Amino acid sequence: MTGAASALYDIPGPATRRRHVAYGVLSTVVLLALVAWILYLLFDTGQFTSTKWMPFAYKGIQELLLRGLGNTLKAFGIAAVLSLALGGLLATGRLSEHRPVRWAATFVVEFFRAMPVLVMIFFIFVALKVQPLPALVAGLTLYNGSVLAEVFRAGVNAVERGQKEAAFALGMRKTQVMTYVLVPQAVRAMLPAIISQLVVALKDTSLGYLITYEEFLHAGKLIASNLDYDLPFIPVVMVISPIYIGMCMLLSWFAGWVSRREQRSPKTEAVVIAAAGPGTLLPGGEPPTAPRP
Amino acid sequence: MNVLTDNFPTYWEGFLGTVQLTVYSSLLALVLGFVIASFRVAPVAALRFFGTAWVTVLRNTPLTLLFFAVLLGLPRFGLVLPFEVFAVLALGCYTSAFICEALRSGINTVPTGQGEAARSLGMNFRQTLSLVVLPQAFRSVIPPVGSTLIALAKNSAIAGAFSVTELLGTYKTINELGYNIVWTFVWIAAGYLVITLAISALFNLLERTWGVAR
Repeated sequence: MTGAASALYDIPGPATRRRHVAYGVLSTVVLLALVAWILYLLFDTGQFTSTKWMPFAYKGIQELLLRGLGNTLKAFGIAAVLSLALGGLLATGRLSEHRPVRWAATFVVEFFRAMPVLVMIFFIFVALKVQPLPALVAGLTLYNGSVLAEVFRAGVNAVERGQKEAAFALGMRKTQVMTYVLVPQAVRAMLPAIISQLVVALKDTSLGYLITYEEFLHAGKLIASNLDYDLPFIPVVMVISPIYIGMCMLLSWFAGWVSRREQRSPKTEAVVIAAAGPGTLLPGGEPPTAPRP
Repeated sequence: MNVLTDNFPTYWEGFLGTVQLTVYSSLLALVLGFVIASFRVAPVAALRFFGTAWVTVLRNTPLTLLFFAVLLGLPRFGLVLPFEVFAVLALGCYTSAFICEALRSGINTVPTGQGEAARSLGMNFRQTLSLVVLPQAFRSVIPPVGSTLIALAKNSAIAGAFSVTELLGTYKTINELGYNIVWTFVWIAAGYLVITLAISALFNLLERTWGVAR
């Protein structure tokens, strides 16, 4: 720990520091041994033979992977836009003054947050016999839209009360108060939570693999089950996971960056909108930059 | 209605499968999450690095990819275990990253002064941790851990698509028997609702008993 940043430790003295160095060396050795063991297993089971890595040199296979990646990004793009739209709609419903509208919106939000995304996707794909891409996008939109609705609602509610009262006092109507005063201020505070929800949407596009949507993982599976290259399963995983994880990390990092910038900005109060949880009926939530499980 | 009554054994088996998967993965996730969280707040840099890497990588991995790598990949290493065990491994490790973050932010909510006060009373590290810091941290992490475990229960549906016996996977068997597919899914949805509401109720109870009002 740099300084005494936590309640756990005091600033270490010289003897403790020496002991920590010893622990450090010991744990480094253990971790390196673990890595070495995994590498040994990889070599031992012949994962680095040239046959297994050959496919990645072929243009056709590279194109297959790129097409898969393109399809992943396409599904993500459509789902992101639609989720934001649905989220806005549902949040408007939940903030409505008309009780039936509010109840309907609440029901929709709570129901879709409580369902596993995959159940919705399978339902749309199997029962409604929709094509894989629209089924995947619809499932992602329903889930992420409902979660985003909660984020939007929390954002609008987090704007200081006085703002709303002042706007009403100036004679604005409710719609005007919303669009001119509350939403513009809320958006800044919500932005990190929105982006981390988009990370969830990006991660969940891989569910498309399970309904035979030809996305990135699907392309990987096609290559991995090729007997000509001696079933290059591990090489495929080693190639596609860094790309998947890298994309999500980039987006998570962006969410963190926006959140840090917002908190430094004097224009926004340091309001933190927690990412809305899965349908829970539980109070509380996680820190805003964490992508949801 | 008769979709449920006619296929009750199938549904029941699937339901139990989901419950089992959820319980075992939760236990693994809680234990691993605790270990990784203690790595992340440890004074040893190498452990902190490992903890950070674990959390960053797992939180940004699509769960489907993780299932794909673990359930289909590990057997290529010559590690052959039942699919259920692999599924628990994948779900547990994935969720441990989120549990770790919840625990860590819980530890961070304990004011530094509490630890300082404990030390000035002459408590050693073990006493400070077990008597002062952890009890307070534990109480503030109940809600986030609860929602993480609910997410785990919902995520377990993915295991069904990788041919582990669980609730969502039952649709295939019932569908082949020619039952109304919409009703099949209604009962699957109801099963998941029962599980998530049960976890939610449990954590509300814990929250009422031990939670802190800040």
